Amino acid sequence: MQLMSGNEAIARGAWEAGATIGVAYPGTPSTETMESFATYEGVYAEWCTNEKVAVEVGVGASAAGARVLSTMKHVGVNVAADPLFTAAYTGVNGGFVILAADDPGMYSSQNEQDSHYYAMASHIPVLDPADAAEALAFTRSAYELSERFDVPFMIRSTVRVSHTKTPVEVGERIDYTPKEYEKDASKWVMMPAFAKPRRKVQLKRIQELQQWAEECPFNVVHMKGTQRGVICCGAVYQHVVEALPDASVFKLGLTWPLPKAALEKFSAAVEEVYVIEEGSEYLTVQVASLGIALNEFPCDLPRDGELSPGLIKRAFGIEVPAHIESPDDVPGRPPALCAGCPHRLVFKELSRIKAIVTGDIGCYTLGTLPPLSAMDTCLDMGASISMSHGFELALAGREHRPVVAVIGDSTFGHSGLSSLITTVYNHGAGTVCILDNRTTAMTGRQGNPFNGVTLQNRTSRELDLLGVIKALGVENVCQIDPHDAKAVREALRVATKDQSDELSVIVFKAPCVLLHRERKPYYFVNADCRSCGVCTTLGCPALSKDVESGLASIDPVMCIGCGQCAQYCSFSAIEQIPASSAKGGAR
Amino acid sequence: MSSATTILLCGVGGQGTILAADLLARAALAAGYQVKVSEIHGMAQRGGAVTTVVRFGEEVHTMVADIGESECIVYFETTEALRNISFLKEGGYLLVADETIKPLPVACGRASMPADARRKLADAGAVLIPSRSIAEEAGNAKCENVAILGALESQLGFGADIWTEVIAGRVPPKTVEANCKAFELGLAFAHGE
Repeated sequence: MQLMSGNEAIARGAWEAGATIGVAYPGTPSTETMESFATYEGVYAEWCTNEKVAVEVGVGASAAGARVLSTMKHVGVNVAADPLFTAAYTGVNGGFVILAADDPGMYSSQNEQDSHYYAMASHIPVLDPADAAEALAFTRSAYELSERFDVPFMIRSTVRVSHTKTPVEVGERIDYTPKEYEKDASKWVMMPAFAKPRRKVQLKRIQELQQWAEECPFNVVHMKGTQRGVICCGAVYQHVVEALPDASVFKLGLTWPLPKAALEKFSAAVEEVYVIEEGSEYLTVQVASLGIALNEFPCDLPRDGELSPGLIKRAFGIEVPAHIESPDDVPGRPPALCAGCPHRLVFKELSRIKAIVTGDIGCYTLGTLPPLSAMDTCLDMGASISMSHGFELALAGREHRPVVAVIGDSTFGHSGLSSLITTVYNHGAGTVCILDNRTTAMTGRQGNPFNGVTLQNRTSRELDLLGVIKALGVENVCQIDPHDAKAVREALRVATKDQSDELSVIVFKAPCVLLHRERKPYYFVNADCRSCGVCTTLGCPALSKDVESGLASIDPVMCIGCGQCAQYCSFSAIEQIPASSAKGGAR
Repeated sequence: MSSATTILLCGVGGQGTILAADLLARAALAAGYQVKVSEIHGMAQRGGAVTTVVRFGEEVHTMVADIGESECIVYFETTEALRNISFLKEGGYLLVADETIKPLPVACGRASMPADARRKLADAGAVLIPSRSIAEEAGNAKCENVAILGALESQLGFGADIWTEVIAGRVPPKTVEANCKAFELGLAFAHGE
């Protein structure tokens, strides 16, 4: 038995099934799956620029006969939707399994969409493991099923499956012989003449899948009594068993297509039938559409966020047990840009010039929070550049504040490039700041085309970011050290004032502080502090001010010696300790 | 609820809560229980609050903690203790590291610390453990999380042998001795020695 997370178990299941190729773009809560898969013997794994590319690489590898794993977070499925829908026409050669990791409760996402809808809409069967052991077993089986039904299979997990460790019994790797590739335009060329017959093939396959669903071993019924019956799947099943120990449960392991006859039989065997699911109405609507009459919950079940046994009990009128209420004066603890983060001064300066800042997805979205409060919008990967173009179009001819897009290096590679091309092509204006911190930081520092680091440390090349931007036809391009406050301020002034009618791109290049963890001697506040409070407007976690005196202080353990704050002190009250007196020099 | 025991570990990114939960889960597994450990760590590295749930027993289903249903709660910091105190079951064990880390809104003067935090925790029956000084006494301030696990063992009774093996198997080799010492001292503290 090994203690494994759901993500590690999915990777293991793919490896045991003989998968040899892994393709992904990182995204919480899916990331560790591909990182774990990459550590197995006999596999090739890579980060792609985005999820659409990953699925296309996957379809190619499957067509060529390999078993393939592709992983992504739920919003990544949006990006991959284009190849996904048509891959459900072409089908596979080698088995193809796609992980969609959902984030109900939005711990680290911009929405809580339910990937079941994609499975249903694209006609791709989806399996819902409820713990790590099932994650391994379902994934392992999914390869054979993918080949049997000639269609990619989706594994849908949530944060509580992906990030929960449970003991798992692992198995051996099967000896999988890659399939031969044979040219077959009627299967792989989806032009109307071939897509029309493939659509018929798909409809026939759906019927076969529906029949198989009735006997699918991943759908399990636990009869406890005839009063109350619950239909559920995934992590929610675990909550239901705890909350309603006397209820009979239909645990769906295959959530599209649904087993109509089996669900009807279950419903007929109990007095009341409920569907319990989190952050979605997918299952409720689908079960109801089979003609099964569902009972209303006695009390409300939340329609948003994660469920828990307690919330399910509340829906059935069971009260909250005795507990101590948390006092109402507990301050929040929002995450913040790290001490020494190279993004900080860009946001400080953008805030100072009151720019309209269209933001993007990554650590730097934290520049939205006080005291920096610098960001106006955040929509999806790459939207910063396209939205700034939209702002400029609508504000043209009107007096307006400067419009500045802010995007990270990895996000720029993911989908910012095509946005920038659109702006250049249409002669758009505005300023684009690329915060190149040399990594995909938010998801745990993965490689990307602009740092040239690959998942399995194979030789790569570092894409020339400035060269790429210039080649697109952007004339105003410069590279700035984001730790230098004066340089940041001047670059933004030139871009937003002197070049306000033109498009300009500023690359702020400095590594993420978590990348190398280098520390210089720390800074401290001397007796010249006048309590002006300017330094604490940087929002550095190492800086604080005394409640009574207003005097600033720096936590020597958290300070990494970046020196950003000292540049904002008008009284020379922030100074660095000499390297000689720092404990062992730079710690 | 099933017979499983729920232990909630709450702290701030960088305090070692995730390693503590991992050690606890492995100790429970070695003691012959089923176990689940659930982490929410998306923002841990950036100073946000970190919550980890360890559940163990003959049979374990859910991996989340609910209000008023946790047998033991371990807080690595007093503000986080007050924030999450409602999860404690009536009569449950409340172990709190006697340490306070100012959240950013407080540090930059936009919010203030809760009033009478230590008194409110004491009123709730909390055991306040000087884990930092215990870890320093053991020879390494970073062993604070393991000192706290030592105190928690007073409620679990997995046995010293299991813990020694689990700790030795998971912490950096150079720190095994200090960690084992911190564990012993934490346990002795909980026993009032």
